[in-house]
Amino acid sequence: MGLGMRNSVDLAVKQANEQNLVPGWTFVLDAEDDQASADAGKNAATKLAADDEVIGVVGPLNSSVGQSVAPIYNSANIVLISPANTNPSLTKGSDLANPKRQWESYFRTCTTDDVQGPFAAKYAFGAGLTSAATIHDKKTYGQGLVEHFTEGFTADGGTITTAETINPDDKDFSAVISKVKATNPKFVYYGGEYPQAGPLSQQMKAAGLNVPLFGGDGIYDPKYISLAGATSTGDLATSVGAPAAQLPGAAAFVDAYKKAGYSEEYGAYGPYAYDAARAIIKAAAESLKNASSPREARTAEIKAVGQVSFDGTTGKVAFDQYGDAKTRILTVYKVENGTWVPEKTDDFQTGSGSSASASSSASPSASAAS
Amino acid sequence: MFFQQLINGLSLGALYGLIAVGYTVVYGIVKLINFAHGEIFMSGAFGALTVYLLMGSPAHVSTLFGLCVMLPLMMIGGIIAAVGIALLMERLAYRPLRDAPRLAPLISAIGVSISLQEIFRLFYGRIPGFPDAHAAIRFPDVAGISGVSVRIGGVDVQMSAIFTLAALAVCTAFLWFFINRTRSGRAMIATSQDPATASLMGIDVDRVIMIAFALGAALAAVAGVAHGLRYSNIDFRMGFTAGLKAFTAAVLGGIGNINGAVVGGLVLGVVEAMATTYIPGQFGGSAWKDVWAFVILILVLVFRPQGLLGSKVVDRA
Repeated sequence: MGLGMRNSVDLAVKQANEQNLVPGWTFVLDAEDDQASADAGKNAATKLAADDEVIGVVGPLNSSVGQSVAPIYNSANIVLISPANTNPSLTKGSDLANPKRQWESYFRTCTTDDVQGPFAAKYAFGAGLTSAATIHDKKTYGQGLVEHFTEGFTADGGTITTAETINPDDKDFSAVISKVKATNPKFVYYGGEYPQAGPLSQQMKAAGLNVPLFGGDGIYDPKYISLAGATSTGDLATSVGAPAAQLPGAAAFVDAYKKAGYSEEYGAYGPYAYDAARAIIKAAAESLKNASSPREARTAEIKAVGQVSFDGTTGKVAFDQYGDAKTRILTVYKVENGTWVPEKTDDFQTGSGSSASASSSASPSASAAS
Repeated sequence: MFFQQLINGLSLGALYGLIAVGYTVVYGIVKLINFAHGEIFMSGAFGALTVYLLMGSPAHVSTLFGLCVMLPLMMIGGIIAAVGIALLMERLAYRPLRDAPRLAPLISAIGVSISLQEIFRLFYGRIPGFPDAHAAIRFPDVAGISGVSVRIGGVDVQMSAIFTLAALAVCTAFLWFFINRTRSGRAMIATSQDPATASLMGIDVDRVIMIAFALGAALAAVAGVAHGLRYSNIDFRMGFTAGLKAFTAAVLGGIGNINGAVVGGLVLGVVEAMATTYIPGQFGGSAWKDVWAFVILILVLVFRPQGLLGSKVVDRA
C-alpha cells in the first residue's frame, strides 16, 4: 500500500516539473520508509526535518505513526499531509466534543473515522432500514462508532431498539442475540472489529436473527467474511475513501499512473497521496515565489496549504480549520458471493463541520490547472 | 424469552461443565489447579480440525456421511491430541514437581499454558496445507449441526446446543460409570482420599494421576469440538477465557467434586444468560454478565465455602 502512495507522489512530482508549475524550482522526491512503526517513522522524520531542501512531506500511512511524527515536522515548520491517517484525534485532539487543532503543520486528504457512523446511519435510513439494534465492544473505536451512528440515526428519524455491548474476549453471543432478536430490529449496527463481528454475524443468523450486520472499516476485511461464513451475505460495512474507479476526477490520474509504468498498484490511498503532493506543489507556487530556499518558505507554505482549493483526484481538495479534508468521501460495501462489493460511494457533509471555515474561501493559485 | 435464555445458558453451561470436570478431577487427585487445562481444550479443537484437514478438507463433511462418520473421526482425533498433550504435560511439567511446594507446579502450569498457546500460534500454520493460526480459523460445518436450529414451542434451539448438552450427558454418564464401577475408578477415589495409604495398598499412584489427566483431557476435547461446531471458528486463545470460566464453574460446584463441576458449569451459564436479559439499567446487559456470574460465585462461597455440592471426593486438608 505504501509503495502505491510513493509512486503516486512521484507521479505528481514528475508532472509538476514537466509542466513547470513552480517556475524556477525543480521538485525532487526523497522517499523514506517508516515500516509502519512509530520508531522508524521518527527517525525518518528527524532526518527529513534536518534537510533544508524539504518543503513538504506526504505521509504517513498509519495513524499511530502520524501521532509520533507530526510533532517533529510541526516544530520544524514543515507541512505534513497524510493521505491515510483516519484517526480523528490527529487533527481535533482526543476530546471530539471540544476539538482543538493539534499541529499547525498537519493536514490530511483522507476522511476521518468519526463520520463513518453518521454516514452509515444515512445510508441505512435511505435503504429502508429504519430500526437498528446497536452492539459495541467497549473499546474506543467501537464505542465511538456506535455513539456517532446513534446520534445520526436518531436525527434522521430512525429508532434504536436496544443498545448492547459485548466483551472483546467473548465467544458466545447467544444471550445478547436473543435479547436483540426480541426487539425486532431491521439491522444490527456493530462497533468493533472483525474478530468479534464475524462470529457475531454467524451466530446471529444461526439463532434465526436474519438481519444484516452493519459495521465500520474495522469489519471491512476479507477475514470477516471467512469467519462469518456463507450467511454473511448482505452484511454491510462503511470505509473511508472510495475505490479509485468510482472517484469523479480519477480517470486522468489512473491513466497517467498506468502510463508511468509503476510495478505496484496505486492502492486505496494512492489517489489521496497524489492529491496531497499536488496540494504541497500548488501551495509551493505561492510560498517559494519570494523565497531563496525551501527552508525560508516553510511558514508561508503551511499557510498556503491551508488555503489551497482545487479539483483533485478524490474530489475538491481543501482543508478546514483543523487540517481535515473538506471533502469526505466514504463508501458502503456489501457482502455478495463471498466478497465485499462497493454498494454506494458518497460525499458526506456534516452540517456543523463545513460552516465554520471561512478562511479558505480565498483560493490564490487554483487557476493553474493542469 | 425466559426459555430461550434458559436454553442459551444451559448450552453455554454444558461447555463450561465439560471443561470444568478436567479441573476438578486433577485437583481431586493431586491438589493442583491445572491452569493449562484451557489449552488442552484448545488442543482438542485443533486436533479435530487436523483430522479434517488430513482427510483433505472434504466438502461432504456437510452431508449425512459427514455427521455419522467424519464427525466421530474428528472427535477421536481431538481426544487423541488433547490426551497426548495432557500426558506429555503431566510427565514433563508436573511430575518432576510433585513433591515441590504447591506454588511451583502452579507456576509451571501457567508456563505450560502460555507455551501451548504460542506453539499453536506459531507452528500450526507451518505444517504444509494448514491454515495460519495467528487469527481465528474457520471450523468445518457439519451437516445437521452447524448453523441449524429447530423451533420448539417458540424457542429456537440450535442443533449445536443440543449436541453440546447431549455430549455433556453422555460424558457424565461415562464418568459416573468409570469412577464407581471400574477398578481404575475406585483406585482414583482411594488416591484422592489418601495417596500415601493408597500406594501402600498397591495402587500405582502415577498411573492414577495419568488417568485423571487423560479423563479431563478427553472431556475437554469433546468440549473443543462442540465449541468449534457451535461458534464455527477456533483460535489459539480460545482456551484462556473458557478455561477461566470453567475453573470458576468447578469452584462454584465444589472443586474436587465431579457432579459439582457439571452443576457449577450449568449454573454459571444460566446466570450469564439470565443476567444479560433480566438485569435492567446500567448494570445489566451483556457487558455486566460476568460481574453477576462472579457475584453469584462469591455469594455461594460465603455461605457454602465447599461449593454447591460440597466435596464428595474428600479434600484432604
